[in-house]
Formats: sequence, structure tokens, C-alpha cells
Amino acid sequence: MSNNLWVLAASEAGPSPVIPQPAEIIVGLVAFSILFFLLRTKAVPKFEEAYRERTNAIQGGLERAEKAQLEAESTLRTYQAQLADARGESAKMREEARTEGAAIIEEMRATAQEEAARITASARASIEAERQQAVNSLLNEVGTIATSLASKIVGEALEDQARQSRVVERFLADLEESK
Amino acid sequence: MAGDGFVPPSSADFFFHPIFGTNILGTKPVLLVGLSVVLISVFFIASSRKAAIVPSRLQFAGEGVYSFVRHSLGEEVIGPEFLKFIPFLFTLFTFVLCNNIFGVIPLLQFPTMSHIGFPIALAIFTYFVYHTVGIRRHGLVKYIKDICFMPGVPKYIYVILTPVEFATYFIIRPATLSLRLFANMFAGHLLLLVFTMGGKYLLTSTILMKILSIFSFGFAVGLSFFELGIECLQAYIFTLLTALYIAGALADEH
Repeated sequence: MSNNLWVLAASEAGPSPVIPQPAEIIVGLVAFSILFFLLRTKAVPKFEEAYRERTNAIQGGLERAEKAQLEAESTLRTYQAQLADARGESAKMREEARTEGAAIIEEMRATAQEEAARITASARASIEAERQQAVNSLLNEVGTIATSLASKIVGEALEDQARQSRVVERFLADLEESK
Repeated sequence: MAGDGFVPPSSADFFFHPIFGTNILGTKPVLLVGLSVVLISVFFIASSRKAAIVPSRLQFAGEGVYSFVRHSLGEEVIGPEFLKFIPFLFTLFTFVLCNNIFGVIPLLQFPTMSHIGFPIALAIFTYFVYHTVGIRRHGLVKYIKDICFMPGVPKYIYVILTPVEFATYFIIRPATLSLRLFANMFAGHLLLLVFTMGGKYLLTSTILMKILSIFSFGFAVGLSFFELGIECLQAYIFTLLTALYIAGALADEH
């Protein structure tokens, strides 16, 4: 009741504002205590829980990312090594192929030359053989022709004594002239 | 009230007849305090209820305030042991902030903390908390001894230092803590009253005065925003000082 009077008195006179009203202090204490209890039991633990979860999530995520990065790096290194190996190998193979190719070409060329030489030689031999044959047959032919010619000449001489004597005479004359 | 002349606002304007009943518990400041408890607890309990890793908009808002107190008032001031003081600092900050901001909320428009009883109640909590922390940490005798006889000071200085230190820890700190908050809120509200009541008075006068009243009301609006800044700042300062006192009590040397 004294509070009530105090309020009424205050509203009329305008009391000193620095003198506290005990009831308000008590109200303040009680109100703050209630609020403190509510926030402490209901709000703060939840906020802290969210913080923890978030920290865990972020930290976990970071760790995972770090691990993934390390893995990726090692894989990359492996691949690079493999790639370098493969490159070296391919260079070696190319080199081998080149020397091998050169050898093959060389060999082919030798073979071809040999063959050509062989063909030339055989051609030359066959030409020689044919020429020989031709010469032989020509000689035969010439012999035959000469014989027949001679026989013809001889025959005619027998048939025509007069002509023969003329021939002999011409021959003798020639001989005479050449003396 | 506007009779023959302008009656400037006085401290009488800060005291209210009960809205409900005849008791002081029905007055505006007390009802506002009750409202603040309801508003703060509902808001923060609702915003923290789900507490997901990816916060909703409501949770984000609640967490924003909470993490502000947690980091810039708790962790950075108190140090590694800050976590157990966070509920207290958080309650303190939100309670003062909400009650201060009532000063510029339309229709409510009264900063509860301009009634010195409420800042005193809060200062009592702070006083109790930091002394308890100090006594628990150092033991009663050493705590008092460290306060009265600061180590590493020439003996003859204690003649001056001891009374000053003792008064600082046991009288000045709680007194200034509550007075600072009260005075800021009281003065700010009084300033707003001057311009709004002045404007209102000008409206009852001649045409020219009525036009001039626009400036008076405009000033009141501008000052309201200014007041909003001060209200936030005072809530911050009250909590910051509390955190500093706790940090001091926890420290090995005062």
C-alpha cells in the first residue's frame, strides 16, 4: 500500500528520479531471474548445440576436402609418372622402329639389286645362247646354200659345155690379167 | 496540461498511475518489463528451437544476437572460461536492449531503464556475479587482499590506493553501472518529451507557431533515431562492463 501512495505522490510532485522504488528493484530482480532461467535452459544450450554441430560439420568438411586433395595429388603424381614412362617408351619404340625400318629398306634394296643382277645375267646368257644358235643355224644354212649353189653351178656346167668353157676361159683370163 | 503557458516536462512525466489495479505492479514500466521478458524469451526460444546447421531466417536473427554476445562480449573479453558466463551476459544484454528500445517503439515509447530501480536490480546481479567469481577463484581472503593491496606497488601508495580500490570494487562500480544506464535513458527520454510536448504546445498557438511545430516534431523524430543508437550502445556498455568485471575477478592480479 505504501507503494501505491508513493506512486500517487510522485505523479503530482515530480519526485527525484534517482531514488529507486523498492518494488521496481524487486520486479527487476524477479523479471531478470525468470528471463535468465528461460534463456539458460531453453535458448543457450540450443544455440551452443548448433554451434558445435556447425563447427563439426565445417571441420569434418575441411578434413574431408584436405584428404580428397591429398588423394588427388598423389593420383596426379602417379599419372604423371605413368605418362612420362609411356612417353619414354614410345620414344624408344619409335627409335627402334626407325632403325628397323632402315634395316628393312637396306635389306630390300640389296635383294632388289641382287635380283636385278641375276635377271640381267640370265638375259645376257640367253641372248648369247640364241646368238650362238643363230650363228650355228646360219652356218648350216650358208653351207647348204653354198653346196646347192655349187651343185647348181656344177650342174649347169655339165649341161652347157660351151658356157663352161667360157667361164673357164674368163677365169683363166682373169688369172692371166692379174699376173 | 497546456494551460496558460508551456509546462516543460519534468521527472513527474516518468511516473505513472497504475494502468491495472492500484498497485505499482500495474504501472507502465513494470508491465513493459514483463512484456520484455515475454518477447525476449519467445523470440530466442523460437529461434533456437530447431538449431539447424544451416539456419532458417529466424534462427539466423536469433543467432546473430547470440553470437554477438558470445564473441565480442564473452570470448574476447573474458577469455577461455567465457562459456559459463554466456547465459548471464546474454540475458543481461537482451534484457537491457529490449527495455531500452521500448523507448522508441511507437505506443510503448518508454525506456524502462529510465526508472532507476531496474538498472539497480541488474547491477545487483553483476555485483553478485563478479564478486562470487573472484571469491571462488582466489578465496575470500586473498580476493579482498588483492583488491585492497594491489601487488607490485610501493607501500606508502596504499594510503591512497587502498580506499580508492576498495570503493571502486564495492561501491563505485555498481553505482556507476546503474546510474549510467538510468541517466542515459532518462535524459534521452526527457529530450524526446521536450520536443514532442513542445510541438504539441505550439499547435495550440498561432498559425506561425503551428508551422514551427513541424520542426519540433521533426526534431523529435530525428532524435528518436539518435536515441535508438544510444539505447543499443548503453545495452552494449552495460554488458561489456559486466564482462570486464568478471574478467578482472578471474584474472590472477586485479
